[in-house]
Amino acid sequence: MAQRTSAGPPGEPRRVAYLYLLPAFLVYAAFLLYPLVRSIQISLYDWNGNTLATWAGLDNYAEVVTDPALRSSFGHALVLVFFYAVLPLVIGLGLASILNRARVRGLAFFRTVIFLPQVVAMVVIGVAWRRMYAPDGSVNDLLRAVGLDSLARGWLGDYTAALPAVGFIGTWFEIGLVTVLLLAGMGQISGELYEAARLDGAGPVREFFAVTLPSVRGEMAVALTLTVIAALRTFDLVYITTRGGPGLSTSVPSFEVYNRAFQQGRVGSAAAVAVVLTLIIFLISVGITRVADRDSR
Amino acid sequence: MRSRPTTLLATAGLIGAVALAACTPGSNADNKPAASATGQVTTDASKLGTVTLTVWDQEVRGGQAAQIQELNKEFQAKYPNITLKRVTRSFDDLKTTLKLALSGNQPPDVFQANNGRPDMGSFVQAGQLVPLDRYAEAYKWTDRYPETVRNYSSYSTDGKTFGTGTLYGLPQVGEVVGIYVNTAKLKAAGVNEPPKTWADFEASLATLKAKGELPLVLGNLDKWPAIHVFGTVQAQNVQPDAIRTLGFGQKGGSWKTPENAKAAQTLVDWVNKGYLSKDVNGQGYDPAWQAFSKGTGVYLIAGTWLQADLGKAMGDKVTFMLPPSASGTPAATGGTGIPWAVSSKSKHPDAAAAYINFITSPNAMAVLAKNDNLPIADTAEQEATGPLGKAVFEAFGTAVQKNALVPYLDYATPTMADTLGASLQDLLAKKATPEQFLDTVEKDYSGFVSSNG
Repeated sequence: MAQRTSAGPPGEPRRVAYLYLLPAFLVYAAFLLYPLVRSIQISLYDWNGNTLATWAGLDNYAEVVTDPALRSSFGHALVLVFFYAVLPLVIGLGLASILNRARVRGLAFFRTVIFLPQVVAMVVIGVAWRRMYAPDGSVNDLLRAVGLDSLARGWLGDYTAALPAVGFIGTWFEIGLVTVLLLAGMGQISGELYEAARLDGAGPVREFFAVTLPSVRGEMAVALTLTVIAALRTFDLVYITTRGGPGLSTSVPSFEVYNRAFQQGRVGSAAAVAVVLTLIIFLISVGITRVADRDSR
Repeated sequence: MRSRPTTLLATAGLIGAVALAACTPGSNADNKPAASATGQVTTDASKLGTVTLTVWDQEVRGGQAAQIQELNKEFQAKYPNITLKRVTRSFDDLKTTLKLALSGNQPPDVFQANNGRPDMGSFVQAGQLVPLDRYAEAYKWTDRYPETVRNYSSYSTDGKTFGTGTLYGLPQVGEVVGIYVNTAKLKAAGVNEPPKTWADFEASLATLKAKGELPLVLGNLDKWPAIHVFGTVQAQNVQPDAIRTLGFGQKGGSWKTPENAKAAQTLVDWVNKGYLSKDVNGQGYDPAWQAFSKGTGVYLIAGTWLQADLGKAMGDKVTFMLPPSASGTPAATGGTGIPWAVSSKSKHPDAAAAYINFITSPNAMAVLAKNDNLPIADTAEQEATGPLGKAVFEAFGTAVQKNALVPYLDYATPTMADTLGASLQDLLAKKATPEQFLDTVEKDYSGFVSSNG
């Protein structure tokens, strides 16, 4: 056996490990770190994407804070978080515990149906819902059929209804993912726990809060992280359905990034919005994981 | 708690990435022109030797694809010494990739550069386009393309002033926003002839409304369609030259005028009187004109690009007219198809110009017309397919001949399409008064004009 000169844990020398990491790291650096740093750099310039850029310092960031239109777009993203993450989580918890408790036949079938929206491309979903929300679309037909004529409207063109209408598509889309995730978590809960709870005289509701909910905390964190990120970076749905309208009532940061970079030729400003959005997403995801981790210990 | 090596690795990666990204954005673009911008022009393409021209275009749909294929074939047959290497892209793809290609080392020789400041304007600014003035002279384009048409692809050499100056591109087709009329329904409502004056037009809107018809079809969910309706109304209230100043984003104009206020108020009145559907902002553009083609509504303010579809669906029940004018001289929002331009790095600018000349020649105009396109030059002399086509050709011919074309208002500034689109939705939904609407638009316009220098 070779004589080891330095103290340390047995096995191969530590530094070799970096060699194993290198290929993956190179790919990561080329396709993630480099674009990220480059975006930060571009965000400090005033650049039309073509001619030589001029230094702008933090002007682009100041615009993110001061421009009321941009500020409101971040506000809209937070509203979407409610529709994309909170609502699906609540509904998903209900659905999953029902599916989990009820020993119904054809469980796999229901699971598939609920998960189905996830399989369809967002663009297709956007086009389909845009038709359903049209003044003569099926949503209004349905309302009129049950006598709620006063509620019928051009949903996506209505200043108060447009953002919730877009958000609801997100709810419909995310419920499947959340439900299936939670179902998997609930499937792993040992039956003895429920048995013990029942022996203590717990009803279904008590059982849900005392056993089911704490046991799927990890899955809830995963579901929340995924859906919150999806909400904050919503682009395709807004692009297809409303283009940020009516007025500016559904504009969101990602749409602004696209608009500024590719339509208006304001690449610096677009990069600044993107960097701020990245930071917000990063902070929120870290927050969610921290909270979930702390509570589970 | 992160372990030390991870932090170390991340730092190393970041430093590496910073080093890679160190240069100023846009500084790696080498924009030295290969072609000389002066000197004798060779107009006989057969004497240019063996040349390969790379062409990027977005003529990929229906009649557009048919015309360019036919013209390319004729060009190859006539000039066997020139080989065309055609690359086709969709409009959106071309828009996003052209910018990169032009700043690279091997840009296409000839390509379609979208009108407007964010595209063609920025290429001019970067010195990436060959000024076409001397070719315009050599090929006599100036005789066939009037100034109001050439303005759409003209810039000052620094790219800052749009709508005047040096010619940088030449379009094949034209477009104008006018009024499609469902003649059968108009007659049924007791209006026997399409109105000839603006007052008659507004009177017919009232008549139609009284008969329970939807007078005006508009689907404005996509934000931009109302720009064309507003432009049409504005053109009847504001002097064409004032609109050109505003539309091209040139110095010296103002949105805050009584005439513009009257135009904005007219739109609000139309909403109040029920001439427009109350759901305008909730209806998509395509569903709206499709509904019109199936018999909903009587008037549709839209561009000539709907001619082929509406003609097919409605036959002789539909016609097209320039907006009936208030002052006697017609004025209408309109413009050109995407102009063809030449890269300043092209080694064969003469061959490139010869190609552009070929696809815009009188013969090419006939090919365009035959394939359901609206030829931009010699329009009145072309044979249109179908009665609606005839009306469209006539309208556009008149518009060009009488200098009636005013630019799309969203050309003005890089952000104007968004500003105008959003604030017109506000105006139509009565979330903004005409006063507030003009304030918003003026702010965008004057902000850009003052910083543009």
